[in-house]
Amino acid sequence: MSVTGADTAAWRSARPAVIRGEEAFHAARRSRRRATLFAMAVLALCLLVSAWMSEAHPVRLAEGLPRIGEYFARILPTLHWSTLFAGTETEGSLAFWFYRIDDWLLLLAETANMAAVATLGGIVAALPLAFLAARNTAPTPWTATLARRFLEALRTVPSVVYALIFVWAFGVGALAGVLAIALHTTGALGKLFAEAIENGDHRPWDGMVAAGANWMECCRFGALPQALPSILSYSLLRFEENLRSASVIGFVGAGGIGEELYKVISFNYYEEISAIIVLIMLAVMAIDLTSEQIRHRLAGAL
Amino acid sequence: MLELQGLTRRFGARTAVDGVSLVVPAGQMVGVIGRSGAGKSTLLRMLNRLTEPSEGRILAAGRDVTTMRGHALRGWRAECAMIFQQFNLVQRLDVLTNVLIGRLYHRGTVSSLLKRFSAEERAEALTTLDRFDLAEAALQRADTLSGGQQQRVAIARALMQRPRLILADEPVASLDPRNATVVMDALARVNREDGLTVMVNLHHLDIARRYCGRIIGMSQGRVVFDGTPAELTSDRVRTLYGVAEEEFHESADEPALVA
Ligand SMILES: Nc1ncnc2c1ncn2[C@@H]1O[C@H](COP(=O)(O)OP(=O)(O)O)[C@@H](O)[C@H]1O
Ligand SMILES: [Mg+2]
Repeated sequence: MSVTGADTAAWRSARPAVIRGEEAFHAARRSRRRATLFAMAVLALCLLVSAWMSEAHPVRLAEGLPRIGEYFARILPTLHWSTLFAGTETEGSLAFWFYRIDDWLLLLAETANMAAVATLGGIVAALPLAFLAARNTAPTPWTATLARRFLEALRTVPSVVYALIFVWAFGVGALAGVLAIALHTTGALGKLFAEAIENGDHRPWDGMVAAGANWMECCRFGALPQALPSILSYSLLRFEENLRSASVIGFVGAGGIGEELYKVISFNYYEEISAIIVLIMLAVMAIDLTSEQIRHRLAGAL
Repeated sequence: MLELQGLTRRFGARTAVDGVSLVVPAGQMVGVIGRSGAGKSTLLRMLNRLTEPSEGRILAAGRDVTTMRGHALRGWRAECAMIFQQFNLVQRLDVLTNVLIGRLYHRGTVSSLLKRFSAEERAEALTTLDRFDLAEAALQRADTLSGGQQQRVAIARALMQRPRLILADEPVASLDPRNATVVMDALARVNREDGLTVMVNLHHLDIARRYCGRIIGMSQGRVVFDGTPAELTSDRVRTLYGVAEEEFHESADEPALVA
């Protein structure tokens, strides 16, 4: 094997141990490079196959891209500087663009309420499940496995699928949306809570057991206090995410502003589409900012 | 009276505690000594079933502790309070709540989960804290206290269990000498004033001699010495452990985890 610099005088006089070490180093590097190349080839192949199966052809992409721009151009409102602040009757004014703002704000409030109730419900259901699923607090190992699989099942199903089922069962409206988001939230938060609990120190738990506490008391005092800051933080993060889900879950009739959005999209009320999307974006941004503030405060206070 | 019969615990191929038989009369203060890995912690943790024995029996006033389950087991644990080397308090809760936790076994689960303790219970907790000069710190969070203070809070919590027996696993190993004295004094007081049996693991022979009426020496899971402090001479230590007394605790010290 030729090693770089192997012909220099210094190299020829080097100790056998150095030579052996250098050869081993090069051999290891070669095999590592081969492994990397192989992995990249496999990855490229997989990408190509999946692109072919999902019909993501470059030609279709090139054809479709301009039409996205076209759609955006259509939903953009016509605004005129001169009449920007005129009343709802004047074309080209902000008020004309948002002429149904009162309805939309009500729907937006309903959406935020759906997200809040669903998040709360999800937290309440996720907490006990997390104590069963965390390996350090589970009463027996198989409870942990069982609870974990159950949480996985809950969060694997997208909330839209739950929503379709609940709309069928309970009829069109916010109840279906709340239940759907809450179920998905339970699965997602349960796993995160369980991990927060597992990161805790076992000593308070031992202290509780030695004091004669039962399982629930051990969870409450031996594990919960340490996990609480993470649990609050994950819950707020989930609330932000649930607000986004709640704004589209109405597409399948499960309440909130999504129903309205679906209606204006299917009827091609172009300017109303952009108005509603702007409203949703503003609401999500506002809640993101406040909840981020709260999370930072909590992290400091706890 | 506490009786151990052939108590054994194995971890895989390793026998941590090997056929220990003892009788401990009520009200005794027993020091268990031995170097690191001798099986002291395992022995103590088997007594309240924090670690399950592999073989042997534990009898407490005639009751078989080894077969207890559920409510009876929790009752036994409440009866023999445990003091840990690292205190094992709930760091994020205040001192008063930590002490009240000692009463959990004696009250309803729901009101406990909501931390709804009665005025009498709080009064008892504060009185106990005051015995150890800690009443002023009652509303501080446990993690703001020094190690010596935390260990005294742990003793107060133990007393709230109204125990008959106190098991203390290296209660002073994480403390400086001055705090170690304060905590050992507290344990001796509990033994003397409340008449509780105290079993305490130690790896400092001089502390064991000063505080304990009876000393049990362990080595490789077996009891190799059982007698009075006077009988545990430096020569005896050398023949039992093969090292001089000054070296005895050097390798016994696990590094203290708490500053
Ligand atoms: N949970 C455990 N798993 C495996 N081995 C353990 C465990 N606990 C203790 N041991 C082993 O049992 C022996 C006795 O340990 P321990 O009772 O902690 O001794 P000591 O408290 O006297 O230092 C040691 O060899 C230790 O490694
Ligand atoms: Mg130990």
